Amino acid sequence: MRGGQQRRRLLRQREQFEAWLFLAPNLAGFFVFTVFAVVFSLWISLHEWDLFNPPTFVGVANFAKLLTRDANLRRALWNTVCFALGIVPLGTAVALALALLVNRAVKGVTLFRTALYIPSVSSTIAIGIVWVWLLDPQFGLVNWFLRTIGVAHPPDWLSSTLWAKPALILMDVWKSAGYYMVIFLAGLQGIPEQLYEAALIDGATPWRKFWSITLPLLSPTIFFVVVMRIIGVFNMFELPYIMTLGGPAGSTETMVFYIYKNAFEWFQMGYAAAIAWLLFLIIFAVTYVQFRYQRRWVTYD
Amino acid sequence: MTREIRTAGVVVTSAARRAAKERLGNAAVFVLLSIISVATVLPFLWTISSALKGPGQVFDYPPRWIPSPAHWENFATAWNRVPFGRFLLNSTFVACSVVFLRLLTSSLAAYAFARMRFPGRDAMFLLYLGTLMIPGQVTIIPRFILVRYLHWLDTYTAMILPGAFSAFGTFLLRQFFLTLPYELEDAARIDGCSRLGVYWHIILPLSRPALVALGIFTFEGEWNAFLWPLIVANNPMKMPVQVGLAFFRGMYSTEWEIMLAGTLIALVPTLVVFAAGQRYFTKGIALSGLGGR
Repeated sequence: MRGGQQRRRLLRQREQFEAWLFLAPNLAGFFVFTVFAVVFSLWISLHEWDLFNPPTFVGVANFAKLLTRDANLRRALWNTVCFALGIVPLGTAVALALALLVNRAVKGVTLFRTALYIPSVSSTIAIGIVWVWLLDPQFGLVNWFLRTIGVAHPPDWLSSTLWAKPALILMDVWKSAGYYMVIFLAGLQGIPEQLYEAALIDGATPWRKFWSITLPLLSPTIFFVVVMRIIGVFNMFELPYIMTLGGPAGSTETMVFYIYKNAFEWFQMGYAAAIAWLLFLIIFAVTYVQFRYQRRWVTYD
Repeated sequence: MTREIRTAGVVVTSAARRAAKERLGNAAVFVLLSIISVATVLPFLWTISSALKGPGQVFDYPPRWIPSPAHWENFATAWNRVPFGRFLLNSTFVACSVVFLRLLTSSLAAYAFARMRFPGRDAMFLLYLGTLMIPGQVTIIPRFILVRYLHWLDTYTAMILPGAFSAFGTFLLRQFFLTLPYELEDAARIDGCSRLGVYWHIILPLSRPALVALGIFTFEGEWNAFLWPLIVANNPMKMPVQVGLAFFRGMYSTEWEIMLAGTLIALVPTLVVFAAGQRYFTKGIALSGLGGR
């Protein structure tokens, strides 16, 4: 009796020991590069540190500065919000429309899906360069096309403070439409066929079917895509870096770009870390609000 | 009798009308999709065309689609101006190492989280989940300072090691491991198989779809990664191809035909990997993208 208990305890201890061994490699990296990094980041944000001189403690001065005295930060935040307002609704609608199209049993549908997906596997840096060339005001294909269809003075795109943002928005929508199309496609294929058959018997129009069946049943996927998209936009960096370097006149400088400049061009590590925390709080708040209010429009069956 | 026949006739004609309508709809969708697909791929075709043009020909107006003669030497010129071969090797080495290490460490940890009992397991797992919310921007500065302090700047270690551990990968694999049947594992344990044996001979082979999906997304993510390698790799001989490409753009922004040839050199491997793993991509999106919904 006693021996059995002891044996069981030994076995349990052995299992615990083995579990820690399995966990150890990942846990070590997780603690150094994530947990420690997060704590260290908070510590850095309370200091002034250029990496060449020892850090000096400044308390919440960095946060006070970014909240009250930094016009560049306000501009970066405003730009990021503009990108979100353009990319999230437009990108989601385009991806959903494409998914509805390629969800039909059309000839060559696999080929279409592949073609639409290609931009999203290509690197942002490479296609950013391609688009700089496509959007060239004089020699670019985009303006050539616009002139052909009768636009006498097409925009200067990347060198215009008015058009640089829309240009990047369109490019981003083009690039990621295929990826979100596949997510929507998976969602569409999860909708039971019987519902459409029932609607058919009731004589529902395609439009009616879309509003009453497809959209409500797809709402969890739409919710997921919108959340992912917003997080993605708040992390936007590569497109402005390769296409405009944040210009013209800072009109495409995003939050992450501004963090990058502060940290790795001006070596203001403390201030950059503080902005990173502000960005995190914004993303967290937006995501929280979305989860909070999803019940109003997302239906899980 | 007659009534029934008439009803059947109505059903037949409405079905026929519906089929005809659907054929028409499909034809319209086919045309629409053809136009959209061509428009989507057009930038790539235009890049190929421009990359083959002679000096100054990129500025021809109206634009010419078929360059004659084709200047294939543009690719050699681009290749020789910066060490593109080296860039591609760097990217391959870094991406493959990260894929291997991340799959290994994540699957080991996921196995412990899914199949073993130890004190603090659930709290630890919650901590893992919690960090998924934190954007990379918060950790990038401390990571950079750490790597600099360790004198790892311009080393592969700096590019590989932070990517070798993934809370997301652990989460994804744990979810998958939880769905595997316990009977096989119990049988193997009774037959005297060790934990490591079960992990290696039973769990891993059964988890191929999840491992492949995580592997492909990790590879793609690492191959296309930009910000982290941009700040840790300053020596061209250590640059991965995306950073090398940005470096190339900084140097030669006037000779568009050369620059686009270089861009194509950097694009081709991604497209080849995509073509090879295409069916896993779409499955992987469904698996990793919607698994937690």
